Amino acid sequence: MAGTLLFNALRDAIDEEMARDSLVCVMGEDVGQYGGSYKVTKDLYEKYGELRVLDTPIAENSFTGMAVGAAMTGLRPIVEGMNMGFLLLAFNQISNNMGMLRYTSGGNFTIPTVVRGPGGVGRQLGAEHSQRLEAYFHAVPGIKIVACSTPTNAKGLMKAAIRDNNPVLFFEHVLLYNLIEELPEGDYVCALDQADLVREGKDVTILTYSRMRQHCLKAVEQLETDGIDVELIDLISLKPFDMETIVRSIRKTHRVIVVEECMKTGGIGAELIALITEQCFDELDARPIRLSSQDIPTPYNGKLENFTIIQPHQIVEAAQQIVLKGL
Amino acid sequence: MSQKTSVSSDQSTAKPLAAGRHGERISTLISSKRAKIDRQIGLELFRDMTLGRRFEDKCAEMYYRGKMFGFVHLYNGQEAVSTGVIGAMKRQHDWFCSTYRDHVHALSAGVPAREVMSELFGKETGCSKGRGGSMHLFSQEHHLLGGFAFIGEGIPIALGAAFTSRYKRDALGDASSNAVTAAFFGDGTCNNGQFFECLNMAQLWQLPILFVVENNKWAIGMAHERATSEPEIWQKAAAFGMAGEEVDGMDVLAVRAATQRAIKRARAGEGPTLLECLTYRFRGHSLADPDELRAEEEKQFWAKRDPIKALEKDLTSDSLVRADELRAIEKEIDAEINDCVEFALAAAEPNPKELTRYIWAED
Repeated sequence: MAGTLLFNALRDAIDEEMARDSLVCVMGEDVGQYGGSYKVTKDLYEKYGELRVLDTPIAENSFTGMAVGAAMTGLRPIVEGMNMGFLLLAFNQISNNMGMLRYTSGGNFTIPTVVRGPGGVGRQLGAEHSQRLEAYFHAVPGIKIVACSTPTNAKGLMKAAIRDNNPVLFFEHVLLYNLIEELPEGDYVCALDQADLVREGKDVTILTYSRMRQHCLKAVEQLETDGIDVELIDLISLKPFDMETIVRSIRKTHRVIVVEECMKTGGIGAELIALITEQCFDELDARPIRLSSQDIPTPYNGKLENFTIIQPHQIVEAAQQIVLKGL
Repeated sequence: MSQKTSVSSDQSTAKPLAAGRHGERISTLISSKRAKIDRQIGLELFRDMTLGRRFEDKCAEMYYRGKMFGFVHLYNGQEAVSTGVIGAMKRQHDWFCSTYRDHVHALSAGVPAREVMSELFGKETGCSKGRGGSMHLFSQEHHLLGGFAFIGEGIPIALGAAFTSRYKRDALGDASSNAVTAAFFGDGTCNNGQFFECLNMAQLWQLPILFVVENNKWAIGMAHERATSEPEIWQKAAAFGMAGEEVDGMDVLAVRAATQRAIKRARAGEGPTLLECLTYRFRGHSLADPDELRAEEEKQFWAKRDPIKALEKDLTSDSLVRADELRAIEKEIDAEINDCVEFALAAAEPNPKELTRYIWAED
């Protein structure tokens, strides 16, 4: 059987869920006739019609709020951020209404919504199109945040996100859409709150997510030849963290490195390491290491862009340092 | 800054009418198409408006007595809008979306006074279980989509409810799906992007929604004429090819008639309406507002147009009802309000063990 590209895995997930439940609908810029800027909703407009796959004007805050209102009154909307960075313009609706409204309404309303789209640093897309909003949205109460990283988990997580009765921010990565993989047969879902133990190992735990999983896998290959046995965990759920899996791993390896694409200040790793030190400080044999992007707007120049985000060799060096030198 | 100074001095020296352009507009507005009502409807409208007025007066009393906290925005003076619009719609069928000035919309929508007052006291018996407060009243049962505290953010929510109506009718084939959504907001909101964005989408998709502008001239301390390049908000509908109408917001029968026309269009799938109700709030922006900018003459001008007194005059001069019947209603309302205060005072506060409840759908 031929493999499935990640963007098609997402498309299949949405297609299957729309066929399964007529309350599921998609709205966003160019999701309909155009099929989505990364083709995640290709052909769904023809299949489900213009109301279920709604092309919206360029009005992020308003159509995101519209999705909240539609969810409050019974629909299950999927909002596409053509680029997740554009959702900065919808920050108010995502925070105040998608995230907080169920609570402030004392449980009167539920907001079953998925907000999905491409984020991350691509190839020379410039600062505004290279954002990592997961850290910006991390403090919003009432929102689940997941990041897919393979065609298999992209499909299973998307289906789970659509079926979930809570708002889910679903991060895709511009450079992962063409990953290819054979998908499991049939209707399957992946748990939204469970980390993926990618590789078992005993020397050091590496925690990562989204595209950095690929960089970590490259580093792991190199480290294997050095005799360093890495336990690699893909967080999948950025909120809440699967602390059970994370703590279990650290109790085994006693060393931890977080590899992330978001900026260091106020990042995912910052929160994660704070939780790790709170929950298993005594288990650590070395200081935790954070490998994060530079605290700068992503530069356009390709060389500078590469220096902005973490590269595989830096992961190798950090692992060597923490395992071999105990630093 | 010099420009700002010259604008304000122009305003103070020009002295057109005491109430300014806003007052001129209502003075020259011809409410030719007022709703025809029977005795029963007349009594209901009077009852709803009186409940709104007296509920708010009681809120002020409770606030100053230290029973109520936070920001409390009262609706006095604007009752003809809430009663005129919601009274012409179907409760528990149509949807209503409000702002931070939401107590009276909630009452008109049918949320029991006990639940609203309890919410203001932060009690578990409140319509938002004491988690929302004055600016965040919600009731799924009564189709109240919420009180929204940031300017304009409720409009997209209302648009979403209207989208659901159309989706159920046209995507799911449910011919009975004809709920209309009323989105209430003020003149200050009409300079915000969400207002324009949602007008565009509502007309584009012919959604069953009624945009109700309660133009009370003041966005806290910012006079309408100082904030907008075109003060006649209803005219902005034309930019979207939408039906727009200006109505005397102190005349419940005029508001009712305009709403009935808009609802008829919306239910027939003929799209949205922008309804600008010229009104005035008799109190400050909130109970924390020193209200120093509004001229006494202006307040007097609008006080003479008290919508409840105007309705009473209509009802009694048409001999639809007798004055003593209205006094009896007032007595009933007073009893209801005393009851809701007693109920709210005696009600339990939320259990601290449930502090984190309602974050997630399953909880």
